[in-house]
Amino acid sequence: MRTLFAFHGGVHPPTHKDESTRTPIAQTPLPSKLVIPLSQHVGNRAVPIVQVGERVLKGQKIGRPEGKLSSAVHASTSGTVSAIDMQLVAHHSGLPDLCVTLIPDGKDEWIAHGGVDTKQTSHSELRHLLRKAGVVGLGGAVFPSDLKTDAHHHKIKTLVINGAECEPYITCDDMLMRERATDILRGAGILRELLHAEEVLIGIEDNKPEAIAAMQLAVGQDKHDKMEVLSVPTMYPSGGAKQLIRILTGIEVAAGVRSTEMGVQCFNVATAYTVWRALAHGEPLLSRIVTVTGNVSDAQNFDVLIGTPLDELVALAGSKPDTDRHIMGGPMMGVDLPAGTVGITKATNCIIESSPKLFPPQPPALPCIRCTRCTDVCPAELQPQDLYWFAKANNFGKTQEFHLFDCIECGACAYVCPSNIPLVQYYRYAKSEIHERERDKKAADLARERHEYRQLRIERDKQEKAEKLAQKEREAAAKAAQAAATPDDTQQRLIEEALARAKAQAAVAHPQNTETLTPGQSAEIAAIEARRAKIREMAADAGADDEPPKSH
Amino acid sequence: MISALWVMIGISLLLGAVLGYSSIKFKVEGNPLVEKIDAVLPQTQCGQCGYPGCKPYAEAIAKGEIGINKCPPGGEEGIQKLADLLGVEFQPFGEGAAPKGKAVAFIDEQTCIGCTLCIQACPVDAIAGAAKQMHTIIASECTGCELCLPPCPVDCITMESIGENITNWKWRHPVIIPIKVAA
Repeated sequence: MRTLFAFHGGVHPPTHKDESTRTPIAQTPLPSKLVIPLSQHVGNRAVPIVQVGERVLKGQKIGRPEGKLSSAVHASTSGTVSAIDMQLVAHHSGLPDLCVTLIPDGKDEWIAHGGVDTKQTSHSELRHLLRKAGVVGLGGAVFPSDLKTDAHHHKIKTLVINGAECEPYITCDDMLMRERATDILRGAGILRELLHAEEVLIGIEDNKPEAIAAMQLAVGQDKHDKMEVLSVPTMYPSGGAKQLIRILTGIEVAAGVRSTEMGVQCFNVATAYTVWRALAHGEPLLSRIVTVTGNVSDAQNFDVLIGTPLDELVALAGSKPDTDRHIMGGPMMGVDLPAGTVGITKATNCIIESSPKLFPPQPPALPCIRCTRCTDVCPAELQPQDLYWFAKANNFGKTQEFHLFDCIECGACAYVCPSNIPLVQYYRYAKSEIHERERDKKAADLARERHEYRQLRIERDKQEKAEKLAQKEREAAAKAAQAAATPDDTQQRLIEEALARAKAQAAVAHPQNTETLTPGQSAEIAAIEARRAKIREMAADAGADDEPPKSH
Repeated sequence: MISALWVMIGISLLLGAVLGYSSIKFKVEGNPLVEKIDAVLPQTQCGQCGYPGCKPYAEAIAKGEIGINKCPPGGEEGIQKLADLLGVEFQPFGEGAAPKGKAVAFIDEQTCIGCTLCIQACPVDAIAGAAKQMHTIIASECTGCELCLPPCPVDCITMESIGENITNWKWRHPVIIPIKVAA
């Protein structure tokens, strides 16, 4: 039996997981349209490569990754692209982003696709396939998986597969593990190969006995070596990557250090499943399991096509009329969705239909009494009350000194706060302000550099011009001096030489037309000359009679 | 008595030599304060402060010739930073010097006649083009200084404000609803 470790703090919110695990994963019918955002991952937005009006097939790439940190986006079914425009997306800001709208044709016609033999294919090729298939981390961070499978020369000892699913209400990973354990483990096997990891540890919270049993059974059936399914105590947020790594291996990933540097890498179970589908079957990431729960009549998990409008999905679960908002994710870290028209994205693990009865509005915040309950529960071992204090006062330098960026925004502090202070909002506010200042600083540095270079260039041009002018003046002066120094006969000689050259050239250039004559022409000339001589003779004879001959 | 005097003279000569040497060896080129002030300024090079660029303004502040509230692009936070750096009081912006939102220049390419006047005016070389060729703004390099607007003979340059989008969106400071005190 492996010894497990504990992380600091944590809370026990009511799990509400039973509601949505009573029925198996259901397949959703084709929706009336798909709104597929081009930015569903961490990094640069994908660039659309289809035109409005174009017919696309299921699995066809519609957005190509831009730059290294990016991922591809695909058409989830066959149909016609009806728009590529700004639409509301599932994001905290409630702002629109570029989306491809697809009207399904109902045929669900696949593009030609096929898997590869992962044992025979090079690792770089496999990573490239993952990038092409748009595989990103499905645990919520949506970080491109191809980049995470590159350990950058760090020796990876342990691959952690995250099936903890600690946040209340969410059961998509639970159901996936119950129903598709074999494929998850095969995906984990490929990830292990890519990372050259020695062992695979699969961490699942002990409130999911069915999932644990199914995974253990699959490990035995497939005879996976050095792969262990471990039941971890239910405690929020044990599903945080750093927390689960701590529980399973005892390794504490320090601030500003990547887990790969400590010899551990972590993937979500759904990511492992998607990796297997992408490599062994050539299926890009077109759908994911989404839990629909909360204020609905039939809470359930669905296999949902990416881009399915929220309204159509929640209707399938029987959303009740008193629903006032939709939460994407769990109640602790979830995002309030701006409208029912937003499309399901790769990051959507759960939709909670919320009603005032289910989630009553937060009572007004009271002043912080520095009870330090938040410190007791903080899984990152921070001092939330101090972070709050500095963030509220816009003292961002101090928040960084108190390691604001180690905060995983799990919400445990706000959950226990007796003063109902929205602590996480303060941390998010401080983080985004700091990010903006960094962006501004970068822009200022760039502008300074460009301005200084421009000044330098102008100065250099001025100098070069002055130098050229000086050079010209020097040359002119030298010429004048030379002219003054040389006697006049040189010029006379130059003129004579030029004349001689011209003469010689003229002689060479124009050959006389009498030089090359045919015998006929010669005869003719001779005849003419003879005639002329005769005439001259006759004239001379006649002239002799009229006037006296000229003396020579 | 005499020996004590000699000792004191000896020490003073030695220390004097050390000080003299270090003043030559560790001489500080330029005013280090100017660099620090320049690092706080937003580098738009817009000249709204009345100086031809951020560096000259930084030099003027360092000499104490001008106030620290003449830089609208830096915002009130910029003034606060300068105040903290220089140990002076915060000064609010004067009349008509309020900061504007961020913007980038945009050239209407249909109207542009290719005169290169804006290229010569741009302090950060953010305009690409050549004589009698259409010009265009390199948006990622544009600081929004508006210096290209006045020289344009056909008024084909406009400032496009950078609105809030999903990449530059920020979390707001949480609004705390005040608790009503019972009367």
